[in-house]
Amino acid sequence: MNRTFDEINEKIRTGRVAVFTAEEVVAMVKESSVAEAAKKVDVVTCATFGAMCSSGAFLNFGHSDPPIRMGKITLNQVQASGGLAAVDTYIGATEPSADRGILYGGAHVIEDLVARRPVHLHAESAGTDCYPLKSVDTTLTIEDCNQAYMYNPRNVYQNYSAATNSTDHIIHTYMGTLLPGYGNVTYSTSGELSPLLKDPKLRTIGIGTKIFMGGAQGMVAWQGTQFVRKHTHYDDGEDYAGATLALIGDMKAMNARYVRGATMQGYGCTLYLGVGIPVPVLDEDLMYDLSRPNAELYTTVTDYSTGRRARPGIQRVNYQELRSGSIELMGRRVRTAPLSSLAMAREIAALLKGSIAQGQFTLQEPIALFPEDTPFHPMTIREVRA
Amino acid sequence: MSTIKVRLVFPGETASRPITSYLIQDYNLIFNILQARIEPGRPGELVMELEGEEVDLQNGLRFLEREGIGVAVLSRSIQWDSESCVSCGACTAVCASGALHLDADAKLSFDQEKCVVCQMCIKSCPMGVLHLSYGE
Repeated sequence: MNRTFDEINEKIRTGRVAVFTAEEVVAMVKESSVAEAAKKVDVVTCATFGAMCSSGAFLNFGHSDPPIRMGKITLNQVQASGGLAAVDTYIGATEPSADRGILYGGAHVIEDLVARRPVHLHAESAGTDCYPLKSVDTTLTIEDCNQAYMYNPRNVYQNYSAATNSTDHIIHTYMGTLLPGYGNVTYSTSGELSPLLKDPKLRTIGIGTKIFMGGAQGMVAWQGTQFVRKHTHYDDGEDYAGATLALIGDMKAMNARYVRGATMQGYGCTLYLGVGIPVPVLDEDLMYDLSRPNAELYTTVTDYSTGRRARPGIQRVNYQELRSGSIELMGRRVRTAPLSSLAMAREIAALLKGSIAQGQFTLQEPIALFPEDTPFHPMTIREVRA
Repeated sequence: MSTIKVRLVFPGETASRPITSYLIQDYNLIFNILQARIEPGRPGELVMELEGEEVDLQNGLRFLEREGIGVAVLSRSIQWDSESCVSCGACTAVCASGALHLDADAKLSFDQEKCVVCQMCIKSCPMGVLHLSYGE
């Protein structure tokens, strides 16, 4: 049973498409078989809603009269880049504000813009002959921007380590609050709903793939930063990790329900973003990957307290165990907790399923697939010469 | 050492005496005034935090009542803004009492009865939807 993107899109347009969420397909294959499910299902929707730090937005404010070539730019006291042409900027999600620190940062500005709340723009300039204005203060909403699009260099991690803490004191990390003495374990994934775990070889997800992004239709723009294909063979299965996506989407069409500014105590601010990706069931091999349950998807519990690049892995654990609320670690029962919202991921997978079933969302075949071998360099700190 | 929060109402006739000073001198309590309303000819009102050994706190409160001061111990509780919550579950990583937990639908639920107000959840919440609130 093989299918093409074109055949599936024809079914979407004529209202004959069979679309299910990844969780539904996991259950379906348990009841029947991969071959049966591959025959029955055209599209499987996957989704995630979690912290995506490497996110940000390009904005164009329009020209004032007299005009200004903005140098130093702040939005609600959060610094944005002044390194682009006159009234363009890029605001990064993790930039803290001058007045509220990490309790309000770039991610919160992005949420405010998407929610159509007014934002205070302050900009300064040295002034030039063609751009004489030296400073501007105004209130704007996203409607005032000519363009407002999110461009996130690294989102939707394929898989991520679970975190724990071996020390005798609490540590605050981007993986949440970690209690002393291996006191808890946190993890961040939607597991069997997670897009890059369900098409692990990235056969259908590449440049140009159309996605649900923060409530709007967005696109995969490029491989994410630090993209690498990591494939490990174990006796009980294959592990895929390391893939990331760069995403682009129109913020004017987004919904603040799926775009949320957040603060990780003692770490910084970040953006919680909802992303949904439809995977076409091209053949049985893809259905096999799509039907892998949490019990067959693994990650490694890692000690986050070392403060070093290479954090020691402690044990391999699957997402069914993590989801259960506790695991056996260092000889005792330890609480486990997620950082990404499964409830929201389910909502997004169901929404995307509905849009496809109603013919409002067609699939886009990738313009190019991602490379098989990308370098993954660490930084070497070398002597600085004047 | 424990900390409690109290609202004290001073009848007009006690307002001129340094009653709170006795809490330090005779009961080893330290206090932090959070709110004060003192107007001539009207009952005064103080909201403050008292810190000390349990037995000193109990004796201190009895002393205030003997002096004719209205004493209400304010109870602390965690308030959860369920509307703004995204059910990420980050708070459940630090909730030892199990008051905060994800239900079968992966939605957060909060069992006020189980909560011991340790306050660990407040800062662990990325969305800032858990708060400490005081009531009588």
